[in-house]
Amino acid sequence: MIINHPILGPRDAQEFTYLGDAALIDRPDWQADNAAEAFHDYLYLRDNPAGEHRELWFHEQGDRSWLVVTRNTVTHDILNVELARDVARARGRRK
Amino acid sequence: MHSLKAITPLGGTCPQIDHFDGLLISENSDRALASIAARQGREAECSAAVQSILGLKLPQPAKWSIGGAYMAWWMGPDLWMVDADHTDHELLAVNVKRAVGSVGSVAEQTDGWCRFDVSGARVLDVFERLCNLNLRAGEAGDAHRASIEHLGCFVLCLEAGAKYAVIGPRSSAGALHHALLTTAQSVI
Repeated sequence: MIINHPILGPRDAQEFTYLGDAALIDRPDWQADNAAEAFHDYLYLRDNPAGEHRELWFHEQGDRSWLVVTRNTVTHDILNVELARDVARARGRRK
Repeated sequence: MHSLKAITPLGGTCPQIDHFDGLLISENSDRALASIAARQGREAECSAAVQSILGLKLPQPAKWSIGGAYMAWWMGPDLWMVDADHTDHELLAVNVKRAVGSVGSVAEQTDGWCRFDVSGARVLDVFERLCNLNLRAGEAGDAHRASIEHLGCFVLCLEAGAKYAVIGPRSSAGALHHALLTTAQSVI
Protein backbone atom coordinates (compact mmCIF):
# COMPACT_ATOMS: atom_id res chain seq x y z
CA MET A 1 0.00 0.00 0.00
CA ILE A 2 1.30 3.44 -0.93
CA ILE A 3 0.37 6.58 1.01
CA ASN A 4 0.70 9.79 -0.96
CA HIS A 5 2.29 12.05 1.67
CA PRO A 6 1.19 15.68 1.14
CA ILE A 7 4.80 16.96 1.44
CA LEU A 8 6.99 14.02 0.43
CA GLY A 9 4.91 12.29 -2.22
CA PRO A 10 4.24 8.55 -2.50
CA ARG A 11 5.74 6.57 0.39
CA ASP A 12 5.46 2.93 1.34
CA ALA A 13 2.92 2.12 4.06
CA GLN A 14 5.61 0.25 6.05
CA GLU A 15 7.01 3.65 7.05
CA PHE A 16 3.73 4.57 8.77
CA THR A 17 1.95 3.48 11.92
CA TYR A 18 -1.79 3.62 12.40
CA LEU A 19 -3.51 5.25 15.35
CA GLY A 20 -7.25 5.18 14.64
CA ASP A 21 -10.27 7.28 13.81
CA ALA A 22 -9.45 10.90 12.93
CA ALA A 23 -12.34 11.92 15.19
CA LEU A 24 -9.70 11.73 17.97
CA ILE A 25 -8.68 15.24 16.85
CA ASP A 26 -11.97 16.55 18.28
CA ARG A 27 -11.08 16.18 21.95
CA PRO A 28 -13.95 17.30 24.18
CA ASP A 29 -13.75 20.37 26.39
CA TRP A 30 -12.76 19.07 29.85
CA GLN A 31 -14.47 22.04 31.52
CA ALA A 32 -17.86 21.49 29.89
CA ASP A 33 -20.82 20.42 32.05
CA ASN A 34 -21.16 17.12 30.21
CA ALA A 35 -17.40 16.47 30.14
CA ALA A 36 -17.63 13.00 31.75
CA GLU A 37 -20.16 11.79 29.21
CA ALA A 38 -18.32 13.44 26.30
CA PHE A 39 -15.02 11.81 27.31
CA HIS A 40 -16.72 8.42 27.67
CA ASP A 41 -17.95 8.70 24.09
CA TYR A 42 -14.59 10.10 22.89
CA LEU A 43 -12.71 7.24 24.49
CA TYR A 44 -14.94 4.23 23.82
CA LEU A 45 -17.36 4.83 20.96
CA ARG A 46 -16.13 4.37 17.41
CA ASP A 47 -17.86 4.27 14.06
CA ASN A 48 -16.90 1.23 12.03
CA PRO A 49 -17.95 2.15 8.51
CA ALA A 50 -17.80 -0.12 5.48
CA GLY A 51 -16.64 2.56 3.09
CA GLU A 52 -14.89 5.88 3.52
CA HIS A 53 -13.09 6.33 6.82
CA ARG A 54 -10.86 9.17 8.03
CA GLU A 55 -7.91 7.84 9.99
CA LEU A 56 -4.82 9.15 11.80
CA TRP A 57 -1.52 7.79 10.54
CA PHE A 58 1.98 8.65 11.82
CA HIS A 59 4.94 8.85 9.45
CA GLU A 60 7.22 7.23 12.00
CA GLN A 61 10.07 6.21 9.69
CA GLY A 62 9.87 9.45 7.73
CA ASP A 63 9.27 13.07 8.66
CA ARG A 64 7.29 12.06 11.77
CA SER A 65 4.25 14.08 10.81
CA TRP A 66 0.71 13.05 11.71
CA LEU A 67 -1.60 12.60 8.73
CA VAL A 68 -5.33 12.31 8.21
CA VAL A 69 -5.79 9.59 5.61
CA THR A 70 -9.20 9.09 4.01
CA ARG A 71 -9.40 5.41 3.11
CA ASN A 72 -12.12 3.19 1.76
CA THR A 73 -12.23 0.25 4.18
CA VAL A 74 -13.87 -1.98 1.56
CA THR A 75 -11.52 -1.41 -1.37
CA HIS A 76 -8.47 -0.06 0.59
CA ASP A 77 -8.33 2.84 -1.85
CA ILE A 78 -6.64 5.89 -0.36
CA LEU A 79 -8.73 8.86 -1.41
CA ASN A 80 -7.08 11.81 0.33
CA VAL A 81 -4.10 12.53 2.58
CA GLU A 82 -3.76 15.72 4.63
CA LEU A 83 -1.42 16.94 7.37
CA ALA A 84 -3.28 16.40 10.65
CA ARG A 85 -2.13 19.78 11.94
CA ASP A 86 -3.80 21.50 8.98
CA VAL A 87 -7.01 19.57 9.66
CA ALA A 88 -6.87 20.41 13.38
CA ARG A 89 -6.21 24.09 12.78
CA ALA A 90 -9.05 24.25 10.22
CA ARG A 91 -11.29 22.88 12.97
CA GLY A 92 -10.29 25.66 15.35
CA ARG A 93 -7.56 23.90 17.34
CA ARG A 94 -4.63 26.13 18.30
CA LYS A 95 -2.03 23.34 18.46
CA MET B 1 41.59 15.58 36.95
CA HIS B 2 39.66 12.95 35.11
CA SER B 3 41.44 11.43 32.17
CA LEU B 4 38.57 10.72 29.79
CA LYS B 5 39.10 9.28 26.36
CA ALA B 6 36.62 10.19 23.64
CA ILE B 7 35.27 7.23 21.70
CA THR B 8 33.41 7.09 18.42
CA PRO B 9 29.83 5.73 18.15
CA LEU B 10 31.29 2.32 17.25
CA GLY B 11 33.41 2.43 20.39
CA GLY B 12 36.82 2.95 18.79
CA THR B 13 39.36 5.64 19.51
CA CYS B 14 39.44 6.54 15.81
CA PRO B 15 36.72 6.29 13.15
CA GLN B 16 36.21 2.91 11.53
CA ILE B 17 36.82 2.67 7.78
CA ASP B 18 35.76 -0.33 5.69
CA HIS B 19 36.98 -0.84 2.13
CA PHE B 20 35.23 -2.90 -0.51
CA ASP B 21 35.78 -3.12 -4.24
CA GLY B 22 34.01 0.03 -5.41
CA LEU B 23 32.74 1.05 -1.99
CA LEU B 24 34.08 2.92 1.02
CA ILE B 25 32.18 3.06 4.32
CA SER B 26 33.70 5.54 6.74
CA GLU B 27 32.46 6.45 10.18
CA ASN B 28 32.31 10.23 10.50
CA SER B 29 32.54 11.33 14.12
CA ASP B 30 33.52 14.94 13.53
CA ARG B 31 30.11 16.55 13.03
CA ALA B 32 28.28 18.73 15.57
CA LEU B 33 24.48 18.63 15.34
CA ALA B 34 21.65 20.77 16.66
CA SER B 35 17.98 20.73 15.72
CA ILE B 36 15.82 23.79 15.16
CA ALA B 37 12.03 23.66 15.48
CA ALA B 38 10.36 26.90 14.42
CA ARG B 39 7.77 28.07 16.95
CA GLN B 40 4.19 28.06 15.73
CA GLY B 41 3.37 31.26 13.87
CA ARG B 42 7.04 32.36 13.90
CA GLU B 43 8.25 30.15 11.04
CA ALA B 44 9.25 32.99 8.68
CA GLU B 45 11.09 34.87 11.45
CA CYS B 46 12.97 31.71 12.39
CA SER B 47 14.18 31.09 8.83
CA ALA B 48 15.12 34.78 8.47
CA ALA B 49 17.11 34.74 11.72
CA VAL B 50 19.08 31.65 10.69
CA GLN B 51 19.79 33.17 7.29
CA SER B 52 20.90 36.57 8.56
CA ILE B 53 22.98 35.42 11.56
CA LEU B 54 24.35 32.05 10.47
CA GLY B 55 24.29 32.73 6.71
CA LEU B 56 22.36 29.54 6.13
CA LYS B 57 19.19 29.28 4.07
CA LEU B 58 17.07 26.56 5.69
CA PRO B 59 16.22 23.94 3.06
CA GLN B 60 12.90 22.95 1.52
CA PRO B 61 11.27 19.61 2.38
CA ALA B 62 13.41 16.53 1.62
CA LYS B 63 16.48 18.70 0.86
CA TRP B 64 19.71 19.80 2.50
CA SER B 65 21.47 23.12 2.07
CA ILE B 66 24.83 24.60 2.90
CA GLY B 67 25.82 28.10 3.96
CA GLY B 68 29.35 29.01 5.08
CA ALA B 69 30.47 26.63 7.82
CA TYR B 70 26.95 25.29 8.37
CA MET B 71 24.82 22.71 6.68
CA ALA B 72 21.20 21.85 7.41
CA TRP B 73 18.72 19.20 6.36
CA TRP B 74 14.95 19.13 6.54
CA MET B 75 13.62 16.65 9.10
CA GLY B 76 9.92 17.47 9.13
CA PRO B 77 7.48 20.37 8.87
CA ASP B 78 9.25 23.42 10.40
CA LEU B 79 12.01 21.19 11.76
CA TRP B 80 15.64 21.08 10.63
CA MET B 81 18.97 19.63 11.72
CA VAL B 82 21.98 21.95 11.57
CA ASP B 83 25.38 20.34 11.08
CA ALA B 84 28.88 21.81 11.38
CA ASP B 85 32.45 20.71 11.94
CA HIS B 86 32.68 19.51 15.55
CA THR B 87 36.20 20.76 16.20
CA ASP B 88 35.27 24.32 15.22
CA HIS B 89 31.66 24.30 16.48
CA GLU B 90 31.56 22.30 19.67
CA LEU B 91 29.01 24.77 21.06
CA LEU B 92 26.82 24.63 17.96
CA ALA B 93 23.51 24.38 19.84
CA VAL B 94 24.35 27.43 21.98
CA ASN B 95 25.25 29.47 18.91
CA VAL B 96 22.15 28.40 17.00
CA LYS B 97 19.96 29.23 20.00
CA ARG B 98 21.56 32.68 20.17
CA ALA B 99 20.70 33.15 16.51
CA VAL B 100 17.04 32.12 16.69
CA GLY B 101 16.20 33.42 20.18
CA SER B 102 12.54 33.01 21.03
CA VAL B 103 11.32 32.14 17.51
CA GLY B 104 12.73 28.62 17.53
CA SER B 105 13.44 25.71 19.86
CA VAL B 106 16.96 24.33 19.67
CA ALA B 107 18.16 20.97 20.95
CA GLU B 108 21.72 19.69 21.13
CA GLN B 109 21.81 16.49 19.01
CA THR B 110 25.51 15.72 18.54
CA ASP B 111 25.69 12.66 20.77
CA GLY B 112 22.33 11.27 19.66
CA TRP B 113 23.48 10.23 16.21
CA CYS B 114 26.16 8.35 14.34
CA ARG B 115 27.15 9.04 10.78
CA PHE B 116 28.58 6.87 8.05
CA ASP B 117 29.75 8.31 4.74
CA VAL B 118 29.25 5.75 1.99
CA SER B 119 30.88 6.37 -1.37
CA GLY B 120 32.04 4.60 -4.49
CA ALA B 121 30.80 3.21 -7.77
CA ARG B 122 28.67 0.48 -6.12
CA VAL B 123 26.91 2.75 -3.67
CA LEU B 124 23.50 2.62 -5.38
CA ASP B 125 23.60 -1.19 -5.56
CA VAL B 126 24.08 -1.23 -1.80
CA PHE B 127 21.38 1.32 -0.96
CA GLU B 128 18.75 -0.35 -3.12
CA ARG B 129 19.04 -3.36 -0.81
CA LEU B 130 19.27 -1.30 2.38
CA CYS B 131 16.21 0.91 2.12
CA ASN B 132 13.22 1.66 -0.08
CA LEU B 133 14.33 5.13 -1.18
CA ASN B 134 14.58 5.59 -4.92
CA LEU B 135 18.06 7.10 -4.83
CA ARG B 136 18.67 6.45 -8.53
CA ALA B 137 15.97 9.03 -9.29
CA GLY B 138 17.41 11.50 -6.78
CA GLU B 139 19.96 14.27 -7.09
CA ALA B 140 22.62 15.93 -4.95
CA GLY B 141 20.87 17.97 -2.27
CA ASP B 142 18.22 15.37 -1.41
CA ALA B 143 17.71 14.50 2.26
CA HIS B 144 15.33 11.70 3.18
CA ARG B 145 14.51 9.73 6.25
CA ALA B 146 14.07 6.03 5.71
CA SER B 147 14.02 2.78 7.58
CA ILE B 148 17.36 0.96 7.45
CA GLU B 149 17.61 -2.25 9.51
CA HIS B 150 14.41 -1.07 11.31
CA LEU B 151 16.21 2.14 12.31
CA GLY B 152 14.97 5.57 11.27
CA CYS B 153 17.99 6.97 9.43
CA PHE B 154 18.59 10.09 7.41
CA VAL B 155 20.13 9.55 4.00
CA LEU B 156 21.73 12.64 2.46
CA CYS B 157 22.74 12.62 -1.19
CA LEU B 158 26.11 14.42 -1.31
CA GLU B 159 27.00 13.41 -4.89
CA ALA B 160 24.34 11.68 -6.94
CA GLY B 161 25.23 8.03 -7.50
CA ALA B 162 28.60 8.45 -5.79
CA LYS B 163 28.50 9.71 -2.21
CA TYR B 164 25.85 9.49 0.50
CA ALA B 165 25.76 10.11 4.24
CA VAL B 166 23.72 7.87 6.54
CA ILE B 167 22.86 9.36 9.91
CA GLY B 168 21.28 6.95 12.38
CA PRO B 169 20.69 6.64 16.11
CA ARG B 170 24.00 6.46 17.97
CA SER B 171 22.83 3.80 20.42
CA SER B 172 22.29 1.50 17.42
CA ALA B 173 25.52 2.43 15.63
CA GLY B 174 26.76 -1.17 15.79
CA ALA B 175 23.55 -2.53 14.24
CA LEU B 176 23.58 0.08 11.50
CA HIS B 177 27.25 -0.57 10.74
CA HIS B 178 26.55 -4.31 10.65
CA ALA B 179 23.69 -3.70 8.18
CA LEU B 180 25.97 -1.62 5.94
CA LEU B 181 28.71 -4.26 6.01
CA THR B 182 26.47 -7.27 5.42
CA THR B 183 24.69 -5.51 2.56
CA ALA B 184 28.01 -4.51 1.01
CA GLN B 185 29.29 -8.10 1.37
CA SER B 186 26.19 -9.52 -0.28
CA VAL B 187 26.36 -7.09 -3.19
CA ILE B 188 30.11 -6.96 -3.84
